[in-house]
Amino acid sequence: MRRNRSRTRAWAVVSLLIGALFASSAWPGAASAADPIKIGFGMALTGGLAANGKAALIAMQLWEADVNKKGGLLGRPVQLVYYDDQTKGATVPGIYTKLLDVDKVHFVVSGYGTNLIAPAMPIVMERKLVFPALFGLANNEKHNYSGYFQIMPAGPRPAIDWTGTYLEVAARQTPKPQTLALVGADAEYPHNALAGIRENAKRLGFKVVYDSTYPPNTVDFTPIVRVIKAQNPDVVFVASYPPDSAGMVLAAHEVGLQPKMFGGGMVGLQFAALLTKLGPKLNGIVNYDFWVPEPTLKFSGIEDFLKRYQAQAEKAGVDPLGHYLPPWAYAYLQVLGQAIEGTKSLDQQKVADYVRTQEHDTIVGKVKFGANGEWATSRVLQVQFQGIETTDIAQFHKAGKRVVVWPEQYKSGKLIYPYSSAMK
Amino acid sequence: MVWLDLLLNALAAGILLGGFYAAVSLGIALAFGLLDIVNIAHPVFVMLGSYVAYGMNARFGFDPILTGLLFTPVFYALGVLLYRVYYVSFERKGAESLRGLVFFFGVLFIVEVSLLLAFGVDYRMVEARYIGETFQIGPVGIAFRLLVPCVVGVALTGALYLFLSRTFYGRAIQAVAQDSFALRLMGANPFRVKGIAFGLAIATAALAGALLIMIGPVEPAMNREYIGRVFAVAVLGGMGSIGGTLVAAIIVGVAESLTSTFYGPSWGVAVSFGVLLLALAVRPSGLFGR
Amino acid sequence: MGARSFGAVALAVVVAGLAVTRVLDNQYYYFAGYVVLQYVVLATAWNILGGYTGYVNFGTPAFFALGAYTAVVLIQSLKAPLAIQLVAGAIISGLLGLALGYLTLRLRGVFFSIATLALAVVLQTMFINWEYTGGARGITLVRPASAPLFGNYVQFLFVVMLGLAVLAVATAWWIERSWIGRGLTAIRDNEEAAECMGVPTLRLKLVATTVSGVLMGLAGAPFPYYVTFVEPTSVFDLNYAVNSLAMPMIGGSTTWIGPVIGAVLLGTAQQIATVTISSALNLLLVGLILVAFVILAPEGIVGLVQRLARRSGERTRRSGV
Repeated sequence: MRRNRSRTRAWAVVSLLIGALFASSAWPGAASAADPIKIGFGMALTGGLAANGKAALIAMQLWEADVNKKGGLLGRPVQLVYYDDQTKGATVPGIYTKLLDVDKVHFVVSGYGTNLIAPAMPIVMERKLVFPALFGLANNEKHNYSGYFQIMPAGPRPAIDWTGTYLEVAARQTPKPQTLALVGADAEYPHNALAGIRENAKRLGFKVVYDSTYPPNTVDFTPIVRVIKAQNPDVVFVASYPPDSAGMVLAAHEVGLQPKMFGGGMVGLQFAALLTKLGPKLNGIVNYDFWVPEPTLKFSGIEDFLKRYQAQAEKAGVDPLGHYLPPWAYAYLQVLGQAIEGTKSLDQQKVADYVRTQEHDTIVGKVKFGANGEWATSRVLQVQFQGIETTDIAQFHKAGKRVVVWPEQYKSGKLIYPYSSAMK
Repeated sequence: MVWLDLLLNALAAGILLGGFYAAVSLGIALAFGLLDIVNIAHPVFVMLGSYVAYGMNARFGFDPILTGLLFTPVFYALGVLLYRVYYVSFERKGAESLRGLVFFFGVLFIVEVSLLLAFGVDYRMVEARYIGETFQIGPVGIAFRLLVPCVVGVALTGALYLFLSRTFYGRAIQAVAQDSFALRLMGANPFRVKGIAFGLAIATAALAGALLIMIGPVEPAMNREYIGRVFAVAVLGGMGSIGGTLVAAIIVGVAESLTSTFYGPSWGVAVSFGVLLLALAVRPSGLFGR
Repeated sequence: MGARSFGAVALAVVVAGLAVTRVLDNQYYYFAGYVVLQYVVLATAWNILGGYTGYVNFGTPAFFALGAYTAVVLIQSLKAPLAIQLVAGAIISGLLGLALGYLTLRLRGVFFSIATLALAVVLQTMFINWEYTGGARGITLVRPASAPLFGNYVQFLFVVMLGLAVLAVATAWWIERSWIGRGLTAIRDNEEAAECMGVPTLRLKLVATTVSGVLMGLAGAPFPYYVTFVEPTSVFDLNYAVNSLAMPMIGGSTTWIGPVIGAVLLGTAQQIATVTISSALNLLLVGLILVAFVILAPEGIVGLVQRLARRSGERTRRSGV
């Protein structure tokens, strides 16, 4: 009896192991008939950036479906081949070499975010591939690689141009605000943003009265906000990730922090999850954004895209608005697709040249890349939250709640200044 | 004057934060401190509590605290069940704590992924009337968002303390930590007693989770950021001393809040771990160790 | 396994690895293989302290990261070659291990484990705030395009990691066989009793923590050139702690071969899962395997095999009579 049980258990272990290996290896890559053009990438589908990664994937799959409905590229269907990078940079080299050497994809594009783009760069450069990238901040600074194209409209000097506009807006107010407080999370993007804003502060003549960072797992932000309040700065710039953005906004209200301008680089205030919970507390905050449903930004195709994205988002448990990342995830593939069609070629060099030299018409507007693969001119928007009275999601689908106050070209309303008069 | 204001506020904020940390750490103090079960998955159950609170809030508009209380029995049952698995697989065979540890790592992943599959990866928050409201006591501002978790945390500590010191099962739990053989002689079944204790430990996660999501948005993988903190608090508090856990939690909270006020928030968390390392080096049994 | 046959196998593994780089050009297998081998080193290093001595170290990420950041500093300041990065990473991590060894004077059992966890957090905060190594922003490192004799640098890294894996396993093998190993086992079984019987427990523990630290540092040192972008959250990943503990548990923690089996199996499964099951299910798989293994095969695969062998041995004997 005892022997039997022990043997049963041994077999259970063995079969479990075999089962696990089988389950993981016997997943057949979907074989396709008409020799598709394969586009490979790793995407954060689990881990810290998964919320955005999954949303991006939906957008990319919409592009795939759209292109195939129209007959594919160069008469061949398009197929996305992707793996979960788990938001871990260490998985990226393996994923991209698998895509290139085993799956034999024709093109690779990047995953989401600076930390996950960086490990793919050497592989891409070694093989001289065209590499459209999704939301990397200054990834090409050290490499200066000619095949790199980054779709986020940060501009030619990403960290500086990104944050510069916030201070530009502030500098134009009368009387001109003088003092500035900086705070951000100890992570990649916030540190870059803070470095950028320090330079801009110097350029525009702001005096920095508080400059500090906090660890990402900070629970309570009231002590930080209280110290900032004690310094009584005119302008407060916050570079934060979603949980801390919420923490900062709540703490600012609780402590009664009322500088003349508040916001700047808070990630998360673009997503429904935070918008619908913070609601009226957002009023008056000026924050960066890339696209909002204002009349000045109605590029052709974007509304139709968002409708189809939103239909899928709820089910996938990702951002139901989809204003932040998804249009850009669609657009960077549009650029690649247009370049393939434009050159009638799968040649990396030709496609890269085309991407670099041409202007591309996408759902996020006209895209033109500069020498280092960033946008030739920055199109970071500064939007102000205005007139939010409820926490209802429907209002954020419409214009008027997130008013573009910068740049001039896309301006959709007036900045209410100072912050306190916009809070009501 | 400004300096004094900041100091008072930092102390207040630290105490509030400490009350919340106590709520999150009590389950560890019980399971790890009294039962020697290294439940590294405790924070993921707190996360589960957060998502239950979110679900009830989003669907029925329930207050998170109410949800926390309502689901305490469910979590208790879950804890008893989990202990049964743990007992049969490990403890009965001679208390292999190392394997138990790996087991709980596995549980951590399983619960985390289940949350991921059920709720998606997006950040979740709750709505309640008092979130965002503040009141002043002299120069000190107190946010309800942090006061409520603190009060609930302290109340939970008090309730557990009373339970452990005043009831038969409570005393039995304390006894089982010291000598389960003697307990058997007294006619109590150590297996049953430990099951109750572990059930209680997990039950605290239902409330702690509700508090967590009240303070800020959550996502499933967030539990990992709490693993270090809760163990630090439990060890600092002297392993299983309920009052000690509260004191240790407040020390950690105040240390974090003072550091971030006067030295820079960047070092807040490191300071609380520094305190732990120091405490371990000087007095390994914690502040209130037996 | 005798010394000679162990040596022969080790040599064969290295030669086979070298031979592969002559034949196989597909880079993916080098990247994937590197990760698996890295886990062989980490699991073996962890097991010297955790499996032999019974001190559970949660701080694997701290040692790994210290090795990696030592390399980053050397690349930044001196453009030092990999060999120097390895040696320096080993020394620095070894020193941390030595310090940890003195901690065992005061801390036993879970207290020790919690202290290692705290150590990792403190160290991570330090690197977040140290701008020279990129701080929280991370740092991009340009990997040399090729290495002498190898052509491709990634193949070179693979072979280096293979060499380190053999070194780590050989160290574990040697410790297990020597008086050190017996002393460590005595400590694991009952530290007080060992002390009373005249086993130099502190010295032995210092050896174990230092060797473990050195090996983890070695595993971390080539990482900057492997990934080319180093930032605190990725090198201090909790997964290193979980994997380096789970792999010996799955393989079997009492012999040198256990961590190797665990690392190869779990590491490979994770690599395969990464490029097949593109979802949260990957993590679920790890969770289920962990739970299933510790419940069903508490002695790991090695223990399971031994038990089966014993059983069939008994049966043969019985049927022989």
